[in-house]
Amino acid sequence: MLTIPQSIIEALIDHARNDFPLEACGILGGICSVVSEHYPMVNTDQSNVHFMMEPKEQFAVVKNLRGKGLSMLAIYHSHPETPARPSAEDIRLALTPDVSYVIVSLAGEQPDVKSYRITAGVVTPEPITFN
Amino acid sequence: MQLTVNGKPESIESKDSLNITALLEELKVKDALYVTVELNGEILERENFDNTTVKNGDSLEFLYFMGGGR
Repeated sequence: MLTIPQSIIEALIDHARNDFPLEACGILGGICSVVSEHYPMVNTDQSNVHFMMEPKEQFAVVKNLRGKGLSMLAIYHSHPETPARPSAEDIRLALTPDVSYVIVSLAGEQPDVKSYRITAGVVTPEPITFN
Repeated sequence: MQLTVNGKPESIESKDSLNITALLEELKVKDALYVTVELNGEILERENFDNTTVKNGDSLEFLYFMGGGR
């Protein structure tokens, strides 16, 4: 289970909306499955169907988290026009171990935020607790 | 050889010199093709993995490619 403050959920949705029609992406950090940090990242693909993070930015975030005694808990991205389910490419490229994969969908009338654990191609939905 | 890997001390035994490709194998890093490496604060180009060696006291960071798509 991943716990995400309501303020960060709203920030994720804002990020997805602001970057629409492109995919937005970023990293969530915290400790013991409780998210406390939100890092919007640049989608270097600048695409509405793909995202890719800049390694320099990734390293900076990981070091920043480590300096706070925290860890990367989740990688998130938006699906501007498709449901909050990982695509085949999302699954294939879910390479970072021990993190959640959060997807923000803007496809419906209301934004939808879902989390998954993805290990060796196996996708397991993960409940999100909002606090 | 003593290294710092992702902020943690790592001891590589019986190695005087090791290139990045061999180090990734030594550390049993999975899917190494998708790993970006930073050595002492500098991101390495993948084509330089074989000709870049690490030495005692070096600091390395490994991160996986983060991306996806439809």
